[in-house]
Amino acid sequence: MHAKEFKIRWGMVIDVDKCTGCGACMVACQVENNIAPVTPEVDAWAGVAYDASNKLRTLNWLTVYEINNKKAFPEYEVAYMPRPCMQCASPACVPVCPVVATDKNEEGGIVSQIYPRCIGCRYCMAACPYHARYFNWFDPTWPAGMAKALSPSTSTRPRGVVEKCNFCHTRFQQAKDKARQEGGDPNSLADGAYNTACAEVCPSGAILFGDLNNPAHKVHALAHSKHSFRLLERLGLGPQVYYYSKREWVHRLGDNYLPNEKKA
Amino acid sequence: MDSKLFPEGIERCSLGKFLAWLGFIAIGLAWGGYAAGVIFYKGIGVTGLDNYFGFGLWITFDLAVIALGAGAFFTGFLKYILKIDQLKNIINLTVIVGFICYSGAMLVLTLDIGQPIRAWFGYWHPNVHSMLTEVIFCITCYCMVLVIEFLPLILEQKQLNKVPFLHHLAHQMHVHMALFAGVGAFLSTFHQGSLGGMYGVLFGRPYAFREGFFIWPWTFFLFVLSAVGSGPVFTVLVCTFMEKLTGRKLVDFKTKSLMGKIAGTMLTVYMFFKLLDTWAWATGVLPHMGLTFEQMFYGTIYGQWMFWTELVICGVVPAIMLITPAIRNRPCLLYLAGILDCLGIVINRYVFTVQTIAFPVMPFDKWYTYAPNWAEWAPSVMIIAYGFLVMSLSYRYLPVFPQEKGLSGK
Repeated sequence: MHAKEFKIRWGMVIDVDKCTGCGACMVACQVENNIAPVTPEVDAWAGVAYDASNKLRTLNWLTVYEINNKKAFPEYEVAYMPRPCMQCASPACVPVCPVVATDKNEEGGIVSQIYPRCIGCRYCMAACPYHARYFNWFDPTWPAGMAKALSPSTSTRPRGVVEKCNFCHTRFQQAKDKARQEGGDPNSLADGAYNTACAEVCPSGAILFGDLNNPAHKVHALAHSKHSFRLLERLGLGPQVYYYSKREWVHRLGDNYLPNEKKA
Repeated sequence: MDSKLFPEGIERCSLGKFLAWLGFIAIGLAWGGYAAGVIFYKGIGVTGLDNYFGFGLWITFDLAVIALGAGAFFTGFLKYILKIDQLKNIINLTVIVGFICYSGAMLVLTLDIGQPIRAWFGYWHPNVHSMLTEVIFCITCYCMVLVIEFLPLILEQKQLNKVPFLHHLAHQMHVHMALFAGVGAFLSTFHQGSLGGMYGVLFGRPYAFREGFFIWPWTFFLFVLSAVGSGPVFTVLVCTFMEKLTGRKLVDFKTKSLMGKIAGTMLTVYMFFKLLDTWAWATGVLPHMGLTFEQMFYGTIYGQWMFWTELVICGVVPAIMLITPAIRNRPCLLYLAGILDCLGIVINRYVFTVQTIAFPVMPFDKWYTYAPNWAEWAPSVMIIAYGFLVMSLSYRYLPVFPQEKGLSGK
């Protein structure tokens, strides 16, 4: 699939050196997008017990990975890589979906996920090398009282469909609505007018969000910095999420390199 | 008691014995039926699948039975289009095996998708760029072709065939069977290919990704070749298994050997291109992505032993055995080669399904393992039991084997 060009390219620059791995971004994401926690359940009928101990079954649109430089103390270093959906310029997931339940055709370049269209074949999950896609193995359930705190602007998803980060798309809609109400141009939002929950909540300011194509947005310069890189860049997916680090080993862990290969 | 329903001049076991056999089959059906009920009620969360392994036993099972069921379309093509008349001795069996494999795969797919009631979206909202769309279209269409190919055999059942209309209908369907064989060959070639294409297009998955020709990755052609290189010999194995089970000769060895020769020829062509493709992948695709061949394997479960077993022991070896007349013409060696051949294709479908997604593409991620649980095994067993059921009924009541009367009389 050829990369689609957009006038606006919503993207992130995540400063890996600033990230403390606190997980606030994950929590903000869960709350903003009505992502259900795994409620412990014993299903006598199916003969299985479910809880969050199996991390390959939990739902987190944004996952923080811990990485290290594989050296012994005292050179040992740790870094954290928050991983949202990369909203790739040439997504691996979009062309494979048999029912067009995911698409990249809206100005801004956010890869959509249409829950009522998804048949749950999970081919997109097999295609995505970032593991950014998650499946609803069961209908969502919330601990008592928590359902009252659900966001009214984000739909919940039934079992059997795939979901993923959409850069808090409802916030995008709201930002455009606000611009229209104030007589502004919804296609020329100011820096910060549209911000994702994870970027907003990050206490160390590690996550920045904005239009990568717009020089007036902070992310534009950061994405073009020599310290920036993208995850698995050589596969050619063209992520709209950039990582920023001044540490060589962090860059090196952003992609696969042959043992004798210098970083590109 | 039901001897009036048997094919003309053919003996079958007593009804009591047959019912006992069906009772045994029913155990598998009941277990799978129970699992299917749980899955439909609770969702596929009851399986061993997870967010890393969205594809598992079921997809492997589907791909394997669809490849092994390829005997139907390829033998049909050779019999009706290329007019290899000797294949008439086994063509009915290939159709039934094909029908079981395809209908069984479709049954599993209805369980496998998270929203079974949306299965028709594949037709209503098709994404023409997706290999899976092509698979959905071709598999369902081809399954209908297999029903059409199976129907005249059912109508030839001794009592049904006494009805003039059904007799003529069966006759006319036979007359026009070349058309359906042609349509079947076309549909089947494309979906066998698209199943391979499904993996080859995954440019984010180094284990599966392949370059290709026009819109088709090399895996497209390799899956077609491997299916026709194993399907015919799988039919031979089914036939021989039935002969052992029933104690009756059903198909002459000459026909089986011919099927072995056909599969062997295609398997040899397949292995030639598969080895080339593997070499190009290991020395071209992987280094281009910054990866080495060794990195594609992990521990025992995803170890290189499986790779070499697939390519050498279950690839090159059966190919040589099947194309060498002296080996192929000895029954036990033909069957051994057939078993190795089919095993190789099953391993191929497994590694393309599971190892592809097991390989951690992000350098800081790690290998995870996948093991199917009872909720995945039970429906798979159900499909095998379903195959036994259809085959048992067909064997007892339909004139599946034109040579049986002559061979058993000897």
